[in-house]
Amino acid sequence: MQSQATYNYKVVRQFAIMTVVWGIVGMLVGVIVAAQLVWPELNVLEFLSFGRLRPLHTNAVIFAFGGCALFATSFYVVQRTCHTKLFAPGLAAFVFWGWQLVIVLAALTLPLGITTGKEYAELEWPIDILITVIWVAYAIVFFGTIAVRKVSHIYVANWFYGAFIIAVALLHIFNSAEWPVSLLKSYSAYAGVQDAMVQWWYGHNAVGFFLTAAFLGMMYYFVPKQADRPIFSYRLSVVHFWALIFTYMWAGPHHLHYTALPDWAQSVGMLFSLILLAPSWGGMINGIMTLSGAWHKLRTDPILKFLITSLSFYGMSTFEGPMMSVKSVNALSHYTDWTIGHVHSGALGWVAFIAIGSIYFLLPRLYGKTEMYSTKLINTHFWIATVGIVLYIASMWISGVMQGLMWRATNADGTLTYSFAEGVKASYPFWTIRFVGGTLFLVGMLIMFYNMIKTIAGEKAYNAPVVAPAAAHA
Amino acid sequence: MEDLVNNLRSIITVIGLLCFLGICYWAFSKHARAGFDEAAQLPLTDDDLPASPAEKEGKTNG
Ligand code: HEM
Ligand code: HEM
Repeated sequence: MQSQATYNYKVVRQFAIMTVVWGIVGMLVGVIVAAQLVWPELNVLEFLSFGRLRPLHTNAVIFAFGGCALFATSFYVVQRTCHTKLFAPGLAAFVFWGWQLVIVLAALTLPLGITTGKEYAELEWPIDILITVIWVAYAIVFFGTIAVRKVSHIYVANWFYGAFIIAVALLHIFNSAEWPVSLLKSYSAYAGVQDAMVQWWYGHNAVGFFLTAAFLGMMYYFVPKQADRPIFSYRLSVVHFWALIFTYMWAGPHHLHYTALPDWAQSVGMLFSLILLAPSWGGMINGIMTLSGAWHKLRTDPILKFLITSLSFYGMSTFEGPMMSVKSVNALSHYTDWTIGHVHSGALGWVAFIAIGSIYFLLPRLYGKTEMYSTKLINTHFWIATVGIVLYIASMWISGVMQGLMWRATNADGTLTYSFAEGVKASYPFWTIRFVGGTLFLVGMLIMFYNMIKTIAGEKAYNAPVVAPAAAHA
Repeated sequence: MEDLVNNLRSIITVIGLLCFLGICYWAFSKHARAGFDEAAQLPLTDDDLPASPAEKEGKTNG
């Protein structure tokens, strides 16, 4: 037994723990920026002002929290479903330490105001180069493991992770094309409306491949695993995959409605966004229906609650998104809190929930245990977080629609009914509710941290033996 | 030149659509069925819980 080859769990463990840690950091910054909107006097230092902390929040939650969750789960899933240990473990360790360095550099440069000014791609060119190198290493480890797999099939979760790795590489390279003028400053290689189009081709596909496709990979492994049932329809998962791949790339212009972007391009973006509803809902149904015949498990298993609820939020935000991409609806929603509500129903409800559920699944296994220290605390976490999300997105929908209506209201003589500041004033109660909701969500993460520490304290790290494929047993 | 680029764009779009329809046709064919059933079992036939103490000897400090 002892001499038997074991899976490389070390890098999975490291990324899983850092997922929780960076989740707390990123959401704490989210709570701080939410508080700054309610109490502007909290903008004490320029380094800690809203404008500096907001990109820190988005980078920390997407790339540190979300990124670590994706590295942890993809490295786990690819090993288990390929029945072989990681290819090039040295490179995998490099991916871990390199990625932590990127996060620390982001946490230093963004508050200092060192930024390219492109949303979700704010990091300056030296960090961009570091990210590129890490990403290549990640691709080698992931695809290398697939290449040496011991089974003939490549399980569908790996297709989603693989598409995420390739797409993010493309997006990062093209959107980060920039001229350095000094060590800490560069300018985009594109100008004017081309720059805007490249930026939102990037921005939308960061949502499509980082926050969606990759987390769907997680869904396709952890939902069947936790429910102990095969995915509802494997055929649907194949169609789902290719439909997303063929449509996502074209939907970016919905971020640029009523801008200098040619009208036809806006319409193409709108059309493809509407089409996106179908594969998105196909994926959601595929995940949820996996539970058919075993719904009772939802009552007792809080990890499954996280996973299945995340799919409902995925369904909600992918219904809302196509609606918001209709130009006449976007005329109301754009620039308002409605967008923020949409973002967080996807980010908290879908991305964070599926990541949290998957990490709860992983942690005990990485320490040779069968379950977390406390299942009751997972349940508590679930309910506190759910109430938090509902407060967050409901308040943003109301304030968003209110803002949109106030901004467009005109008097009989054509003058504006409300000054901008009146809209701000009317938003305060909703921003306060959002602050409360966000704080609850953060409390949930702290409970998770406690549960994690209790689960792993005193336990030795565990590396499971490599299992021969099932067919070889039979 | 402009014409050529635009024609290429249309052609690529049509090829993309045909590819997708081809994939759907393949996914729904009887032929793909057995492979799908087998692949769908991949996560489930893999027991990843440390069941017996003997297995736990895989423990390391790594
Ligand atoms: C405790 C939880 C969280 C709180 C309190 C929070 C709060 C905030 C606030 C106040 C903003 C700025 C809104 C504005 O400018 O009006 C924001 C923006 C944003 N947050 Fe969060 N957030 C949280 C969690 C997350 C998570 C987990 C993610 C992603 C996985 C996320 C992704 C984003 C994104 C992408 C934006 C920018 C939205 C845009 O520009 O349209 N947030 N968040
Ligand atoms: C079918 C799927 C989806 C469509 C068609 C869609 C569409 C849209 C639209 C129209 C906007 C508003 C653009 C604007 O007015 O500025 C938007 C914003 C956004 N959506 Fe979605 N959405 C979808 C799914 C998702 C999901 C699942 C997530 C998250 C995990 C997400 C994250 C975001 C973010 C972060 C923004 C804000 C971008 C920014 O302005 O900074 N979306 N989306």
